[in-house]
Amino acid sequence: MDSPVTDRSTDISQPLENLGPDETLKYNSDYLRGTIDLSLLDRISGGVKFEDNKLMKFHGIYQQDDRDIRDERRRQKLEPAFTFMVRLRLPGGVATAAQWLKIDALARQHGGDMVRLTTRQTFQFHWVVKEDVKPTIQGLHDVLLDTVAACGDDARTVMATANPENSAIHAEIAALSKQLSDHVIPKTRAYHEIWYNEAKIASSEGEEPFYGRQYMPRKFKIGFAVPPSNDIDIYTQDLGFIAITGEAGLEGFNVVIGGGMGRTDNEPDTYPRIGDVIGFIPKDQLIPTADAVLGVQRDYGNRKIRKRARFKYTIDDKGLDFITGEIEARLGSPLQPARPFSFDSNGDLFGWRKADTGLWQLTLFIENGRIRNIGDYRLLDGLRAIASAHDGKFILTPNHNVIITGITDQKRAQIEALLAEHGIPEEGPPSLLRRNAMACVAFPTCPLAMAEAERYLPDLVAKIDPLLDKHGLADKPITIRMTGCPNGCARPYVAEIAFTGRAPGKYNLYLGGGFHGERLNTLYRENIGEAVILETLDGLFGKYASERNAGEHFGDFVMRAGVLA
Amino acid sequence: MTAWPPFPESPLAPEQWNRLQELSSTLTEPQARWISGYFAGFTAAMTRGDGSIAFAAPAESAGRTVTILYGSETGNSTALAKGLEGALKSAGVNAAAADMAKYKGRQLKDEQDVLIIVSTYGEGDPPQPAVGFFEFVEGSRAPKLDGVRFSVLALGDSTYEFYCEAGKRLDKRFEELGGERIAERVDCDIDYDEPAAAWSAAIVEKLKAEAAAAGASAPAPVASPFPTAATAYDKRNPFQATVLESIRITGRHSSKETRHIEIDIDGSGLAYEPGDALGVVSSNEQHRVAELLEATGLDGDAPITLKGDTVRLASALETYYEITQGAPRFIEQWAGLSGSSELQALATAEQTAKAEFLHKNHVVDIVRQFPQSGVSAEDFVAGLRPLQPRLYSIASSQNAIGNEVHLTINPVRYELHGSWRNGVASAHLCDRINQGDQLPIYFQANPHFRLPKDDNRPVIMVGPGTGIAPFRAFLQEREYRGASGKNWLFFGERNFRSDFLYQVELQEHLANGVLSELDVAFSRDAGEKVYVQHRMLEKAAQLYAWLEDGAHFYVCGDADHMAKDVEAALLTIIAEQRGCSAEDAADYLTRLGAEERYQRDVY
Repeated sequence: MDSPVTDRSTDISQPLENLGPDETLKYNSDYLRGTIDLSLLDRISGGVKFEDNKLMKFHGIYQQDDRDIRDERRRQKLEPAFTFMVRLRLPGGVATAAQWLKIDALARQHGGDMVRLTTRQTFQFHWVVKEDVKPTIQGLHDVLLDTVAACGDDARTVMATANPENSAIHAEIAALSKQLSDHVIPKTRAYHEIWYNEAKIASSEGEEPFYGRQYMPRKFKIGFAVPPSNDIDIYTQDLGFIAITGEAGLEGFNVVIGGGMGRTDNEPDTYPRIGDVIGFIPKDQLIPTADAVLGVQRDYGNRKIRKRARFKYTIDDKGLDFITGEIEARLGSPLQPARPFSFDSNGDLFGWRKADTGLWQLTLFIENGRIRNIGDYRLLDGLRAIASAHDGKFILTPNHNVIITGITDQKRAQIEALLAEHGIPEEGPPSLLRRNAMACVAFPTCPLAMAEAERYLPDLVAKIDPLLDKHGLADKPITIRMTGCPNGCARPYVAEIAFTGRAPGKYNLYLGGGFHGERLNTLYRENIGEAVILETLDGLFGKYASERNAGEHFGDFVMRAGVLA
Repeated sequence: MTAWPPFPESPLAPEQWNRLQELSSTLTEPQARWISGYFAGFTAAMTRGDGSIAFAAPAESAGRTVTILYGSETGNSTALAKGLEGALKSAGVNAAAADMAKYKGRQLKDEQDVLIIVSTYGEGDPPQPAVGFFEFVEGSRAPKLDGVRFSVLALGDSTYEFYCEAGKRLDKRFEELGGERIAERVDCDIDYDEPAAAWSAAIVEKLKAEAAAAGASAPAPVASPFPTAATAYDKRNPFQATVLESIRITGRHSSKETRHIEIDIDGSGLAYEPGDALGVVSSNEQHRVAELLEATGLDGDAPITLKGDTVRLASALETYYEITQGAPRFIEQWAGLSGSSELQALATAEQTAKAEFLHKNHVVDIVRQFPQSGVSAEDFVAGLRPLQPRLYSIASSQNAIGNEVHLTINPVRYELHGSWRNGVASAHLCDRINQGDQLPIYFQANPHFRLPKDDNRPVIMVGPGTGIAPFRAFLQEREYRGASGKNWLFFGERNFRSDFLYQVELQEHLANGVLSELDVAFSRDAGEKVYVQHRMLEKAAQLYAWLEDGAHFYVCGDADHMAKDVEAALLTIIAEQRGCSAEDAADYLTRLGAEERYQRDVY
């Protein structure tokens, strides 16, 4: 392109010794095999070797420990209480009833009677002990599910707008997300050998024609959004496809590149970034476009400094024009100009709704995405009963809720009875704030957590709601998100109100994200505790109540009113 | 010159005193402390007859030679034998104490007088180190002992079915072989001091008279330069140590409540070696005392006489008497006091029946079942035995950790007659001792549970449960010494996640090469019940190769099941790997024992 000399000092063209340690580890892993099989057999530790833990992420598995008792066990001269998080690859978040029942059974058998729905539309088991990991993955295999590339430096599960109200478009997008996911995952036989006990093929050479031995520089997230819903937060994806439809249905996609949430605490050269819309492609160009974009990041991404390895930094380092030019060069033709589109929300609509097929669908609110039985609220049992009674699709939303689809009038009555029997409300919670709240896992299992998130946000919302009431704002939806660290798993940097953990009980407060995820928020207060949080919000809500324009969202208001200055 | 004598009780000669004074004047405080420790260890070594310390040569005595053979696991017999040896020498008798573990059985035929002091373990078994001696003496190759005189002091515990059985066996066998008794056998219960002293005194008296008659030139008794370790702490004079830490080391949801306890021994001058035991002087729970007083109707303030002092009954029951598990003498005593015909029948029944009854009925249960009012405090306590200190395998190496001693304790708890009963000392340590508390302790040498002197030797350790304690000490010591020999540990417990005692330390030992092999078996995790012996069998070839390479094999922990299963597995491995018969495998193991390469600390 314009620049005659491109800096290649940190990318794949360099010898391993010039790159970060993870590159050597990946290179020497024999295509993600490492010594995982031996680590699983080791009886002296409930964990796995450091290197194997890194490699297991590519297989969708993370070693964690119960941080609530980490210090207690250290004093007891016991190793941390290691367990594993097992995350599925579930393109578009679509599961069958049979798959739901299997996941339910595995959760009861190996996952501490709990399933977690993630903000990337998939299932996650926590508390799986080492010897149960293999049986869990084999159980998933029985219903054609896997955990390939659910974590690791590769293209993760592909998201897609969940709501199937426009059933034909949804079905097509869901199928494309599956096709694309199958296309971009690693091709190594390691997964089959380790988890399904399949025989090793004599030579592993050439196992990864696309990725090669070093895979991607860092994780790579792909998603499809179907306007007007931006439930998947398209601007936070490394690569996003905005569905453009015409009278004949799906025509193609606007391509969005370079979104990403993560930042590293106290590292100002790391930051969240909103993706750029770079053009339009007809739908038959989907796979070549994905290959081109992934290929550019594979070849130019920073492999020397890991915290700068995401695609968003490659774009900022090389320039958007250069990257777009590379993509077009690999495609062999320029992208078409982007088509118009508009989003109105990134949230979910709860309760019973009728799809264009004439069948009912039910969106259930799942606080923090956590499915388990708590007292009379028997969510795990109730959903199992529904999946046993109704052979429809169960679609996980990017807001970690679940949509049950394809329900006839007759079946609706049966499901209503099951919901009542298990103490599960059909509607979302009365609090709009709670409906639009999202938190990451954080304590006690996430190794990165610096503060509580999932275990605390519900309590905090209960304290913020009275403030909204007081200012007459209870009917105004506001997105609120909390993460236990600055890494951004619950996509906090596009929320109207966001908290990222700094230390136990202390958070950074961000304000002013766009209601449908189109704008990053801004750091407003650092390291504040609950009392200051409530006091600050009380003041802002007062201003918002008296000074807002008609229909103005809270995030838009704080930006316009200059309160952040 | 310093005036003499500075201390009337000093046993030092003026010349020795002056040299001590000369040295003292140059010492700094830490040096003085170090020297006090040095001499404490020196005396301890002398009393246990450590070959590294040269005694002043005993004067030649006239008359018959006396060999005092002792078989000991915890050191009581050893101490008694050394005491008797000193007393006989002082009396001008040509006496020498010898450990059955090292004594060559064929020498018996050349002996003149043999005095035997031996304790009993398990089901009438000899102490582990004496097993080889017993096999020889009770076997067909034992020599005729015509002309050999002998006497046996048997130590035991009357609550066991085969009370003093090991002593009884030797007493019977020596007679069969033609030996002639100098004095009748004396059987001692756990409060053995008085009967043992009486037996010794009678024998010393008799042999002294014979020696005097035999040679007019018998030398005057020479006092030992260090008669006893007057300042050394022992079970009668325990050191008041401070507890530094007591922490439960089994994790949440464990079915065990094993604790790690760290005790400060700074200032005691005490020294111990890996393999030694710590004696803990314990006391009974106050609510047990109250319960017993209520059951008997006795007044806790009632005065009783204890070793010449008058003390409150409640206080004596708390600190002096064993009030939970009774001894056969309590059956006899309470039978007399209550007049119960059932108890009287039991009092004259076989030992087995008594042992079984006592196992199922503590003192308070007996009193409740056969109530009797109006019993005097003195009559009641006459049926009780003194509370004995409890011994625990030490879990630390003094070289590695300095002036501390660590223990690994699993409290004994069980249900009896509808209520929970606690082991006296284990529950005391686990329930009633907190950081900063004082604990009366002493050290008990365990010379038959020692690391190889040769650091190049491989070591195999089997220590499930709290049996890991001495091996934690061994590993610390081997690391401290920089021993080049390989180390292999077998550990087992119920559940991996909660019960892997010292897991992090063992992982570190494995990572830094102190441990070459670590095999673990958890019996209550999902899947099959797996125990340490199964892990041994899985690695039979490697284990046998280590033995052939000169490895020392150690077992610590449960005697009833584990130690037997481990020995059976070991014999299987030897037979299979050598391709030999069970008999030959047993011989191989006996040889290991004779070479002190198969050592056990089981309880």
